[in-house]
Amino acid sequence: MKKTQANYTILVITVENKFGVLARVSGLFSRRGVNIKSLAVAPTDKAEFSRITVDLDIELESVSLDQIINQLDKLINVVEIRALDPAESVERELMIVTVEAEASQRDELVDHLDKVGGKVLNIGTESMMLSLVETSSVIDDFESFLSDYGIVELQRTGRVALDSL
Amino acid sequence: MTSENIDGGKALIRALEKEGVEVMFGLPGGAILPVYDPIIDSTIRHILVRHEQGAGHMAQGYAQATGKPGVAMVTSGPAATNIVTPLCDAYLDSTPLVVITGQVPLAAIGTDAFQECDTTGITMGVTKHNFLVKDAQDVPRIVKEAFHIATTGRPGPVLIDLPKDIVDPNNPRSELYWVDNPEMDLPGYKPEKKIDLSGIEKAVELIQSSERPVFYVGGGILKARAAEALRELVEITGIHVVTTLMARGAFPDSHELCLGMPGMHGNYTAVTSMQKADLLVALGARFDDRVTGKVDGFAPDAKIIHVDIDPAEIGKVRKPDVAINGDCRLVIEAMVDLLRQQDAIQIDRSEWKSTISGWQERFPLTYEDSEPGSRLKPQYVLEQLRDLTPADTIVASGVGQHQMWTSQYWNFDYPYTWINSGGLGTMGFSIPAAIGAKVGNPDRMVWAVDGDGCFQMTAQELVTATVENIPIKVALLNNSYLGMVRQWQDMFYDERFSEVFLSDDVPNYKAWAESMGCVGIRVDSPEEVPEAIAKANEIEDRSVVIDFRTAPEEHVYPMVPAGKDNSSIVVPPSQESQER
Ligand SMILES: Cc1ncc(C[n+]2csc(CCOP(=O)(O)OP(=O)(O)O)c2C)c(N)n1
Ligand SMILES: [Mg+2]
Repeated sequence: MKKTQANYTILVITVENKFGVLARVSGLFSRRGVNIKSLAVAPTDKAEFSRITVDLDIELESVSLDQIINQLDKLINVVEIRALDPAESVERELMIVTVEAEASQRDELVDHLDKVGGKVLNIGTESMMLSLVETSSVIDDFESFLSDYGIVELQRTGRVALDSL
Repeated sequence: MTSENIDGGKALIRALEKEGVEVMFGLPGGAILPVYDPIIDSTIRHILVRHEQGAGHMAQGYAQATGKPGVAMVTSGPAATNIVTPLCDAYLDSTPLVVITGQVPLAAIGTDAFQECDTTGITMGVTKHNFLVKDAQDVPRIVKEAFHIATTGRPGPVLIDLPKDIVDPNNPRSELYWVDNPEMDLPGYKPEKKIDLSGIEKAVELIQSSERPVFYVGGGILKARAAEALRELVEITGIHVVTTLMARGAFPDSHELCLGMPGMHGNYTAVTSMQKADLLVALGARFDDRVTGKVDGFAPDAKIIHVDIDPAEIGKVRKPDVAINGDCRLVIEAMVDLLRQQDAIQIDRSEWKSTISGWQERFPLTYEDSEPGSRLKPQYVLEQLRDLTPADTIVASGVGQHQMWTSQYWNFDYPYTWINSGGLGTMGFSIPAAIGAKVGNPDRMVWAVDGDGCFQMTAQELVTATVENIPIKVALLNNSYLGMVRQWQDMFYDERFSEVFLSDDVPNYKAWAESMGCVGIRVDSPEEVPEAIAKANEIEDRSVVIDFRTAPEEHVYPMVPAGKDNSSIVVPPSQESQER
């Protein structure tokens, strides 16, 4: 793996799409005291396999990362595993958020939302629901911008990523 | 047998028969009841244990002694939790097991039903893999997969959790269409490794050019059935061998190049030769902390060649200079082939050899004879036992001082004659493990060497041995103490003995043995030792327990104190003034 400036580690794990598999994978992290920052799981283009994207939020030392990969690979239901190099991959995350917004505040808010490429999903009397698909760091910034308005409810999906072309 | 409709219970037993299972160890109960009915008509011998832990350790002893997978079957809930210890033991010692547990019916799972427990959840971390069967049709395939996983690659325990409705012929859910050769569906399991030939070349080069090489041989050699290949490699290279606690017998102790056991209670020469080596060739060994001592100070000048079937072991503790991921036997054979093709550019190792023999002369294993009238020396008992039993005797040991002394003083000249709990260190292992080993080798003599603490954990399995006619022999090294813990308190806690004294007179082991249908013998003085062993050797129709009254104050030497590096090895008092 190439040395990069990124301060996160993404593992991409192809597993059998069966009950209990996620527990086996996450159990291995918990046994070693490694915190998972985010986790995305969904079937792939082949229904019998799922793809798990794990964001570890830390740059692990290469030795222990190799060992975690080797140990995960030993799980019978793990078909393939590798670490994605942040410099060689494209990552995105989805956030949906309900934010407090009086009628008077909405123009400013929508302006900013347009600049980062987000969408308005739903409008209430005192709040709006927005969505944004961007890199995690852009979403971080946008989230802190929204916090001044008052966040009612928020859900982020965590990073998903694919190799760059 | 071809195709027909049968129920899950019958399918399970038939699938086990098709795997070649000859014997299984177990104890029935509610959830597994339906499977116990077809056992009556099966060719498989079922051995009824007195505690499910016993079933697991028997299966382990059977597997370690025969190389075949051990099979155990128990019911749900408390029976499943009782077999967790053997699963963990087998996991740490890479023993191939297939354990079948009953489970409450599918519809009752998750309702806290009677005797329900989350068996697959509990055992996830102590099995190589586990299955919860949700469809009777899957039974034959899952059994096949379980045996495949347990016995290939790095072996280990596999558990199959079987809900009752799937095996109960009165329940329509149990019906399945039997097919003789179900296809396995394990897309993520690739146990075969292609051996990297450039690694072999680099390894051979290092071996040829090193001045102070040592073969560091672990239990993987036995799993890979590589003892013969190893012997060839050792003989063409002339390099010394240490055999870890898990590998005793993988290379004959009586061979001049065998240095015996390394580690915390290894002999001085084995420990020190590794420490001073310039090359360690680790073959199926995992740099366990009981071998390395403080890792930072372990074999500081040594380059490392690490051969292992499990890629997760390579570099886990110590980064190797040459890593070869593959089956030990195939790797060793490839090394031997390459060495044969090369001219013997033998480097001069005469100085290293004389250093080693110097250590051997100055620091042999040693103990002081017992004073007349005082309790027996355990080392003396073991020497007698070693000398008075056939060379291919199988020895199963418990965990504690007696285990270390057995490993030190026995002369292992054959593979698969030493059976112990290395990784988990499970007290109570020896008696059930010896029973399992004897089941697999009815014509061989099997001795359990046990401690008094251990004996009291699993002795009831001697009832199983009597009732099932599996005669084993037990050498009880009875020092009235949890001796190993006592030794640590003696050495590191200012002789403050906390909760380690068992008793000098209860239980009465002779009477207890007799009550279980065994012959019981008590031995107090050294003169009686050979006679008692000879008597035990002659008894073939029942088990024998000899209560050897041994000295509680005896320490296992040498010893590398926990957390220290291996050059801090403590030798017995009589060798303290020897030049190191
Ligand atoms: C199940 C279990 N409990 C506790 C221990 C910790 N332990 C290791 S050795 C030992 C003493 C064993 O006593 P005994 O069987 O009498 O053997 P001795 O050391 O006296 O030879 C103990 C308590 C263990 N290894 N396993
Ligand atoms: Mg004792």
